[in-house]
Amino acid sequence: MNFDDTPQEAEFRAQARAWIDANAPKQYEEELRKASLGRVVLKGANILEVAKAWQKKKADAGWAVPHWPKEYGGRGASPIERVIWQQEEGVFGKLTAMFIIGQGMCGPTMMAYASEEQKRHYLPPLGSGEKVWCQLFSEPAGGSDVAGLRTRAEKDGNDWVINGQKIWTSGAHYSDYGILITRTDPTVPKHKGLTMFFLDMKSKGVEIKPIKQANGNSDFNEVYFTDVRIPDSQRLGNIGDGWNVSLTTLMNERMSIGANVATGFPELFEFCSSLMLDGGPAIEDRAVRSKLANWAVRASGLRYTSFRAISALSRGERPGPENSIGKLVAGSMIQDVAMYALDLQGAGGVLSGPEDAEVAGKFQAMLLRSPATRVEGGTDEILRNIIAERVLGLPGDIRVDKDVPFNQIPTRGRA
Amino acid sequence: MNFDFSDDQKQLRDQARRFLAEKCPPKAVRAVLEGKADYDRDLWKGLAEMGFLGVAIPEEYGGTGAGHLELCVIAEELGRALAPVPFSSTVYLAAEALLLAGSEEQKQKWLPKISSGEAIGTLALFEGTGNPSPAAVKLAVSNGTLTGTKKPVADGAIADFAIVAARSGNSGREADISLFLVDLKAGGVTAKPLQNVDPSRQQAELTFAGAKAEPLGAANEGWSILSRVMDRAAVLIAFEQVGGADRALEMGRDYALDRIAFGRPIGSFQAVKHILADMYVSATLARSNCYYGAWALSTDAGELSEAAAAARISATQAFQHCAKQNIQVHGGMGFTWEFDCHLYYRRSNALALSLGSQSYWEDQLIDRMRKKNAA
Ligand SMILES: Cc1cc2nc3c(=O)[nH]c(=O)nc-3n(C[C@H](O)[C@H](O)[C@H](O)COP(=O)(O)OP(=O)(O)OC[C@H]3O[C@@H](n4cnc5c(N)ncnc54)[C@H](O)[C@@H]3O)c2cc1C
Repeated sequence: MNFDDTPQEAEFRAQARAWIDANAPKQYEEELRKASLGRVVLKGANILEVAKAWQKKKADAGWAVPHWPKEYGGRGASPIERVIWQQEEGVFGKLTAMFIIGQGMCGPTMMAYASEEQKRHYLPPLGSGEKVWCQLFSEPAGGSDVAGLRTRAEKDGNDWVINGQKIWTSGAHYSDYGILITRTDPTVPKHKGLTMFFLDMKSKGVEIKPIKQANGNSDFNEVYFTDVRIPDSQRLGNIGDGWNVSLTTLMNERMSIGANVATGFPELFEFCSSLMLDGGPAIEDRAVRSKLANWAVRASGLRYTSFRAISALSRGERPGPENSIGKLVAGSMIQDVAMYALDLQGAGGVLSGPEDAEVAGKFQAMLLRSPATRVEGGTDEILRNIIAERVLGLPGDIRVDKDVPFNQIPTRGRA
Repeated sequence: MNFDFSDDQKQLRDQARRFLAEKCPPKAVRAVLEGKADYDRDLWKGLAEMGFLGVAIPEEYGGTGAGHLELCVIAEELGRALAPVPFSSTVYLAAEALLLAGSEEQKQKWLPKISSGEAIGTLALFEGTGNPSPAAVKLAVSNGTLTGTKKPVADGAIADFAIVAARSGNSGREADISLFLVDLKAGGVTAKPLQNVDPSRQQAELTFAGAKAEPLGAANEGWSILSRVMDRAAVLIAFEQVGGADRALEMGRDYALDRIAFGRPIGSFQAVKHILADMYVSATLARSNCYYGAWALSTDAGELSEAAAAARISATQAFQHCAKQNIQVHGGMGFTWEFDCHLYYRRSNALALSLGSQSYWEDQLIDRMRKKNAA
């Protein structure tokens, strides 16, 4: 049990710190620090361009995806070094948010299933932020039940022809590539007839329509496929094995988003230290302290849980279903924290404009974005099922469609 | 960074778990609960023989000198097994106070007896309802003798000696408090066992009427020594709580796999699964906070006081949560005397109050975080 850096880790940290200190786009530091959940706005600059420039600079010096193998653009850093890098990158890491799906989920899937030639071709620009990737899984008929998806892929010579629709695709509007799961055989039970591909988002027949979100932003999209052709060489895994391939993606998703989900706690603690309530700082109020303490131990518990997971990774263990805990805890916590921060502001808490609201409306933005955290990448309910079934070994849910050919499964709940 | 116990420590855990499975089955806990004994003497002797009582006591004082991480490992196992012995009062409180503030002579006299199981010690701090505070200490010292009453005192009626917090001044501040070591068998102290929510661990009232008091640590330094002792004990008791939480979760899981209702194991109902998933979540968060506390304790890091409060709060929540939901998962069976669920429920609530309430530790945590942020 040791919390301190080993000499090698300290050396790595010093290198990372020195490089960040010399190269980070410091002109945006303050704005990034203040940025609220789901909304990074830089005055007078295009966030995508700033993010890509920072990622490229990191890539040139070997810091873009430190934990990837060298031949694909990384530096072969250990899981702990990866965390050290993230700690040192600090607020500048917020610039990397738009690459998370590509680097955290698509990258590992490509590493596991693409050919060596494809990996050398596609992974370095993914790591360097030059090319952005998205994840085309969810559909109107398949969210939690991903395997209920209906987008078809039909073989035509050496190509596959895709028709159908995806939904909630984050970043599709600025993505260059995507990984795509499709149905290739509707006559077998749903998990058996799926096949995974990757594709160029600029392919003919791909149409992207932004969706306006509940919080007013438009970060996700509908994506329509009309006779889109994908060469068979861009198939990931065997025909009909798409479900297993997608599990690689989903497991990495849990690991990469689970380890770093915002809890809102540091912001709330800071806020309560400065907010005046009944003539004194809110943090001196007994009820406030009790709330804060309870969230403090959830936040620290998550932090040390991720350190334990990293220690296990360092011993060569794979990221397991226990990582579902991160988003499950943080998701509802950030929502509760936001509601509480507003409550502390009394009637004024309802105002959300940067000029009128406390802390430039940060908690109001958190309030409006946080419902999504509990849905994206697996809902709270699905994560609890995963913990119950895969960690605690309880029986699986009853699945009435398990052995039924996909094309015979009913499509509506009410007749 | 490495956030796990070493292989040797894991071996020690397996060894302790096997030992306790044999020597401390629920039957042994019930014997004390039902008043057949005031603590389990055989188990106590066995713990001494295994070297568990002196695991964090240096060899020169009769211990094995292994260390505090090892003590954490053992604490977790004692918590799982609900060991009905005065371990926490003797080892986490009395021995730690002696190690921190005792004179060479006091250490020579008591620590070997603790390691060998010959002496039971405790800390006499509370005086009825309320949280630890210098102002709440009324028991006073004059001319080297103590007069006043302490309750509840864990294991007070079976202890051989007590570390007693006494008022040595009248300004109402921390500097008024000094610590004393009292030989409870030397006269001047009467002990009365008290009913409590967890009779598998004894609580008592100690009345001091001119009992001879030997200073422990410097005069007027009592409160700061106490704070350090409480922090250290908080981490150790948190490990007991995590052990208890883990066991309660395991019991609930096993029952959910066995019990059939509506033609299915109840563990296949999502409402039940989600109860168990949430138990896992709270036990896991607590364990992680405890690991950080263990590191801080074993290195005496500056972060100890904050880490201890976090471990304490998180582990108290987890054990209470798991113990209460374990009964829920067991249904009517869970509320019978025969099933062991109530043993965990009782212990979870007794431990929750053992070092002051949850709100006391919440206060401590926020104070410490504020100090750190200000620094
Ligand atoms: C901000 C955001 C970004 C996203 N980005 C992407 C993306 O980039 N790519 C992508 O592919 N997808 C993306 N998604 C989609 C996301 O993965 C799905 O929304 C999510 O998995 C839930 O599916 P659904 O919306 O169809 O809800 P449904 O599955 O219809 O769920 C509705 C309700 O039913 C509950 N429910 C469903 N099944 C069960 C069950 N078995 N047991 C108990 N309760 C159940 C759910 O918990 C939920 O409460 C994103 C979503 C959001 C909100």
